[in-house]
Amino acid sequence: MKPAPFAYHRPGSREEVDQLLAQLGSEAKILAGGQSLIPILNMRLAAFGHLVDLNHLAGEPAEPAVAGDELVVGPLVRQAAALESALVAERAPVVSQALRHVAHPAIRSRGTVVGSVLHGDPAAELPAAVALLAGSVRARSRRGTRPIPAARLWTGALENTLAEDEWVDELRLPVRQPDDGFAFEEFARRSGDYAICGVAARVRAADGELKAAVAYLGMGGLGQVHALQPMAAEEIDGPGLRSALTEAVAELDPGDDLHASARYRRWLALELGLSCVRRAAERALK
Amino acid sequence: MSVRVRSELQRVTLTVNGAAHELEVEPRWLLSDVLRHQLGLTGTHVGCEHGVCGCCTVLADGRPARSCLMFALQAEGLEIQTVEGLASADGTLHPLQEAFRRHHGLQCGFCTPGFLIAALPFYRTAEGMSDQELREALAGQLCRCTGYAGILQAVRAASRIEGERSQA
Repeated sequence: MKPAPFAYHRPGSREEVDQLLAQLGSEAKILAGGQSLIPILNMRLAAFGHLVDLNHLAGEPAEPAVAGDELVVGPLVRQAAALESALVAERAPVVSQALRHVAHPAIRSRGTVVGSVLHGDPAAELPAAVALLAGSVRARSRRGTRPIPAARLWTGALENTLAEDEWVDELRLPVRQPDDGFAFEEFARRSGDYAICGVAARVRAADGELKAAVAYLGMGGLGQVHALQPMAAEEIDGPGLRSALTEAVAELDPGDDLHASARYRRWLALELGLSCVRRAAERALK
Repeated sequence: MSVRVRSELQRVTLTVNGAAHELEVEPRWLLSDVLRHQLGLTGTHVGCEHGVCGCCTVLADGRPARSCLMFALQAEGLEIQTVEGLASADGTLHPLQEAFRRHHGLQCGFCTPGFLIAALPFYRTAEGMSDQELREALAGQLCRCTGYAGILQAVRAASRIEGERSQA
């Protein structure tokens, strides 16, 4: 199908975007990579009177950068650029690990990191990675800027907490600490599909103990991080981890659909979680 | 608020297979449709129109992109390459095309332009790729005829064919 008609705007600066959104309000939608938005428009699941295309903003960084102890990702950083970035692999390895599961080369070449985070699909990889890292976005409008932490970024599937005149010009992710290990595992029907279930894990080795946290995708929620009780290194291979993860999975509320039952998703969440946390622990202890 | 209907034509300048074009398009027109209907380049096929099948894949500044997930206006200033740019002017097939022919990389041919374009940026290194790597590199393209085995063989063989030609 084809999109409904709209007016197209091509601002050249961040200030012009602020101006346009202040003027157009709820009739406007930001277009960056378009790899989630354009399918929705093509299928006429949504229609907007105005699209504000960010692709011609002057001087926007094409790659992530490090500022202090944070990785900063601009609004036009493509998923392909983040996946190919040695800086991301070193400083935010779970983002690289997650990106390997995001769609296909021809989607990642256009799709942006920030766009996928804001789109807020509960089965998408990047929101889970950002939640796990407790990242934040900088929302901006003509009224000014404000940070929104991942824990308050989404209210549900495909719903974020930006105001009508706000957009995001920056994603910030805390860089890894020396004793952090990360892992990401996912089960999907085909390589590059949305996850039936996925897990992102961080294990931090401190004071002879391992502190693990996991975030799930494809399990209904968005933005929740489950912090497990600190455990001794040997418990990671014993029954302690399984019981801790069983508790975490009990808090999830996955749905039944054509691809998988809720029961099967819970089983996947537990088994993928076990191998994911163990792999992250190995990396933390290295 | 109601959605206002706009359909004024806007100008876009882009390069397709090396030729510069200046076109008048509606903002909502997809690049895939403009390539096919305005420029007559019907080699770019349209399957699903939501990015899943890969048939409409083109190169945009050398990178594969779904032409059904870009508005033509967004191609402003870009170099687009479509399947029509592969064969020589005298009709000699590109080594990738020749390889698909030799190795049964196609049957009905609907998905073939997308596969050729998707493989174009990396086929010279395909011989050294594992099956898993090659399958992942092409996982964004769907084929309902071949079962993919012939396609993998073809992509691997293309650089050999190129080598044979340069020695001849």
